[in-house]
Amino acid sequence: MKKKEKTCVIIGASHAGVNCAFALRKEGWQGAVVLIDSDPELPYHRPPLSKTYLNEPAADLQSLKPLESYHKNNIKLLLDKTVSKIDSLKRQIILYDGTCFEYTKLVLATGAKPIIPPIEGLKQISKVFTLRTAGDITSIKNAFFKSDKKKAAIIGGGYIGLETAASLKKMGAEVTVLERESRILARVTSSYISNFFQELHKRNGVDIQVGKNVFAVENYNDTIRIYCDDATEFDVDILILGVGVKPNCTIASKAELKISDGILVDEYTQTSNEHIYAIGDVSYHYNKNYGYNVRLESVQNAVEQSKIAALNIAGKKIKYDTIPWFWSDQFDIKLQIVGLANGYTDVIVREDDLEKPVISVWYFKDETLLAVDAINNAKAYVFGTKFLKNKIRVDKAKLKDISVPINNSLEVN
Amino acid sequence: MVKITFITNDNEKVTLEAESGSVMELAVNNNIQGIDGDCGGVCSCATCHVHVDPLFFDKIGEATEIEKDMLELDDNVNEYSRLSCQLQITDDLDGVVLTVAK
Ligand SMILES: Cc1cc2nc3c(=O)[nH]c(=O)nc-3n(C[C@H](O)[C@H](O)[C@H](O)COP(=O)(O)OP(=O)(O)OC[C@H]3O[C@@H](n4cnc5c(N)ncnc54)[C@H](O)[C@@H]3O)c2cc1C
Ligand code: FES
Repeated sequence: MKKKEKTCVIIGASHAGVNCAFALRKEGWQGAVVLIDSDPELPYHRPPLSKTYLNEPAADLQSLKPLESYHKNNIKLLLDKTVSKIDSLKRQIILYDGTCFEYTKLVLATGAKPIIPPIEGLKQISKVFTLRTAGDITSIKNAFFKSDKKKAAIIGGGYIGLETAASLKKMGAEVTVLERESRILARVTSSYISNFFQELHKRNGVDIQVGKNVFAVENYNDTIRIYCDDATEFDVDILILGVGVKPNCTIASKAELKISDGILVDEYTQTSNEHIYAIGDVSYHYNKNYGYNVRLESVQNAVEQSKIAALNIAGKKIKYDTIPWFWSDQFDIKLQIVGLANGYTDVIVREDDLEKPVISVWYFKDETLLAVDAINNAKAYVFGTKFLKNKIRVDKAKLKDISVPINNSLEVN
Repeated sequence: MVKITFITNDNEKVTLEAESGSVMELAVNNNIQGIDGDCGGVCSCATCHVHVDPLFFDKIGEATEIEKDMLELDDNVNEYSRLSCQLQITDDLDGVVLTVAK
């Protein structure tokens, strides 16, 4: 009898899933590769959605790989198909249309989805949008072009919300950002960086409103009226929700995988079931360099975990061990982040040039460097990366002195 | 049509034609191994590193400051290094030979 072919099924065809499929081929996986996604589009880069895809009229979606590459690599790509269930005993997955696939190995790359905040009246509003898929952004573009007033509000001042604000402003909209906390980016960065972006947006004409807890919305003539709990109101005709995402864990939890803030995986990206892996935004994993568990929302993490999963599925036991990095582009500012700043005790701000500007913010826990936020400062980003990778002690006094260039001379002798 | 030749890590020579876009996009769309373009071409990931054949370097020119800094992330950087997402395809590039960085 012919031995049954091995199959690796990957659920989710975005940064994590697509890169995993190709990495499996690179690592010599001989069996079938089935890659499934609910999204009808050929898998695309997500970061441009809030940036160039939104604000450049002629921009197309940027595919992760051309369609021919899937064929050439013998990757069966199923789009516009949603997985409803994992049967981990029979080792199969079932689609909503009833189709069933058996797997030898299963990779969950299901990512994350926008959180819908509990705001009264939200369901009655037609022009409310989230920020995750190409479809979401295309809808925003359409609403924008159809709107006469071009007044938009974004609830939530995180990186993606702010990028969207910058893009809409560039397109000519009147934009208000409504942030519940006392500063934008409060959850993710220091007050220095928050203030920097707050000022940047203000200078560019974005109305940043902090301490605004939106509790209700309603249609009011042909506008949307937004009510905040400090009794302020805002009238707009496009409402965008940017309050963050939550991991897509439903099918995993039904399959009784261990879940925390995301699907719990070990250092090999393996879940609590030895045949199932989880990678990308959905994975709650251990970061060796920092010594704690995290769930990250970044291309870096999606791509690098995808390679680790592929290596392990192909039989090479390799641990995930990286320094996280991330970027955000808003107006003419490029922010690059390396490391995880959680638990910092000390911040050093280096304002190499306030005019341009060229700035870097260095986060330490006592004497240990944790992370660097670099504003238009790839040098700080690159040396920050090197110091973190090689666990190099940085001389804080030199770092504070902008006459000392950012390079190896910042090392403690 | 502009012709661009890539020399891959397996020493294979691949010549491609294009009219516009970036060299990184051309490489990714044609499966050139070793050029990943993870950040989509915004000079943030350094996964699109190529060495320009010295004969053509003048035609292509030097990297911008941010690009030079980002290239420092790669141990294989040399004086002919460029990030291919920062190379826009124009007639000037016709005939260039690029070696994909290891
Ligand atoms: C607008 C925007 C801007 C961003 N900008 C940046 C940036 O500048 N830099 C950066 O590093 N990161 C950025 N990110 C984050 C980055 O895009 C994510 O970290 C990355 O997409 C994670 O990849 P993933 O494959 O893990 O998950 P996702 O990209 O979320 O993909 C998961 C996929 O799984 C599919 N799926 C889920 N459940 C099922 C199911 N049951 N059946 C079938 N399919 C399913 C979904 O349809 C989805 O396509 C941005 C994200 C957004 C939305
Ligand atoms: S594609 Fe990321 S730096 Fe070129």
